[in-house]
Amino acid sequence: MQESNPEADGETEVSPSLTVEQAIANLTHEDVSLRYYAAWWLGKFQIDTPAAVNTLIAALNDEADRTELGGYPLRRNAARALGKIGDIKAVPALIECLDGSDFYVREAAAQSLGMLGNPACIPALKQLLFGGIAAAVQVPGMPHLAQPYEAVMEALGTLQATEAIPLIKPFLEHPVERVQYSATRAMYQLTKESVYGESLVKALAGKDIQLRRVALSDLGAIGYLPAASAIAQSAVENSFKLIALKGLLENQLEPFKPESLNDGAVKVMNLMDTLL
Amino acid sequence: MTNDLIQAVEQADTPATLIAAVRALADARLEAGIPTLIAALGYNNPGAALIAVEGLIQMGESAVGLLLEKLDGYNYGARAYAIRALAAIADPRSLEVLNTAALNDFAPSVRRAAAKGLGNLHWHKLSPEQIQSAQEKAFYTLRQVSQDSDWSIRYAAIVGLQLLAKEPGIKPHIQTHLQQMLGSESDRAVRARVQLATLSS
Repeated sequence: MQESNPEADGETEVSPSLTVEQAIANLTHEDVSLRYYAAWWLGKFQIDTPAAVNTLIAALNDEADRTELGGYPLRRNAARALGKIGDIKAVPALIECLDGSDFYVREAAAQSLGMLGNPACIPALKQLLFGGIAAAVQVPGMPHLAQPYEAVMEALGTLQATEAIPLIKPFLEHPVERVQYSATRAMYQLTKESVYGESLVKALAGKDIQLRRVALSDLGAIGYLPAASAIAQSAVENSFKLIALKGLLENQLEPFKPESLNDGAVKVMNLMDTLL
Repeated sequence: MTNDLIQAVEQADTPATLIAAVRALADARLEAGIPTLIAALGYNNPGAALIAVEGLIQMGESAVGLLLEKLDGYNYGARAYAIRALAAIADPRSLEVLNTAALNDFAPSVRRAAAKGLGNLHWHKLSPEQIQSAQEKAFYTLRQVSQDSDWSIRYAAIVGLQLLAKEPGIKPHIQTHLQQMLGSESDRAVRARVQLATLSS
């Protein structure tokens, strides 16, 4: 029953302050650890100046910062930062990253392409699903599967890539639960069929708290209103439930009618109030 | 009988027996069981802790002194449960503790529980000359907390302000502040909660 820190979701942040100019300069600093930090910092503060974006795009081809296993830490952080910053100029370079040798760069690129919302990346993302679940096995000696399937399917769902449904659907049967959930989440986004939302609701009653948290966050991401009470009652820490319910609430708010609160929004807020 | 119930909690050796023992002790509603229920908030068993919180709330004012005295300075999970119990019991003796927790605790869960609790105290238990300054204190704290950088803490402050607005003396100040927040709050979900508060208060 030992549980990890219930507020590990960003409880404290201590970030040495940089200026925008320093951060951009540090991206090519001879000390590679400064480059790594600068890329994170630019993303964290969503610095969207052309110089920041161009330097981060250049960092996607960095060769200096390597791990013992051949990974590219700076590329990973640069790819993540470009998603947060939100300039679609980064899309072609991120698409190229999907072909790279480092799993974690591919994963970060897929996530960021989902965030950038530009459909040009859909064919490249689909390609990572080719081979279906037969190819989606663990890489020997590594803690991950052949491709970042979760990130890819979540991005395709966010991008409303209905043409990817035949590729995503088989992953509902993948033996790894997290992959199943990602497929379920994407299928809901692409079809709006409640069977997928209900399947995630069922996962809230699972035995493993980590998986319950994943299902909770997936329900928040798709804003599935019928899950509201189940989220509030699930055996997960309140801080996670609040974030998930916030996702439901945001989905109920009309972007262009800020003055109207519908019944769904009020219901979700009443539940959130009980979790404070 | 009392000792048996307490010992059953202290000697529980599985999560399930702990939950059952805490439930039995909570259901017995014994003053002598209060320290054990408070201890159960810190056993890292959320099921048991929630039952203990309910049990302490049932005990009402008789649990307040010990809850305040035994507030866990190290285990923020336990502290959040204790603050939730204090918030629900709503005894105004908790004002100082809730005030400090809402402003300064490092754990968001503690701050949220304290902010909500600050709005909901049983003010009428104070003497008439104490009420105004106590409510002003709660209002100033909640107003400050409603500017926090963490959306969930701002959200909790608004819930606290809405509850506090039931008090006629402080209500106009709260309405003015909520109107200001409608214009300045950038998070859609938090702004929706401000809106709900303006409709309700």
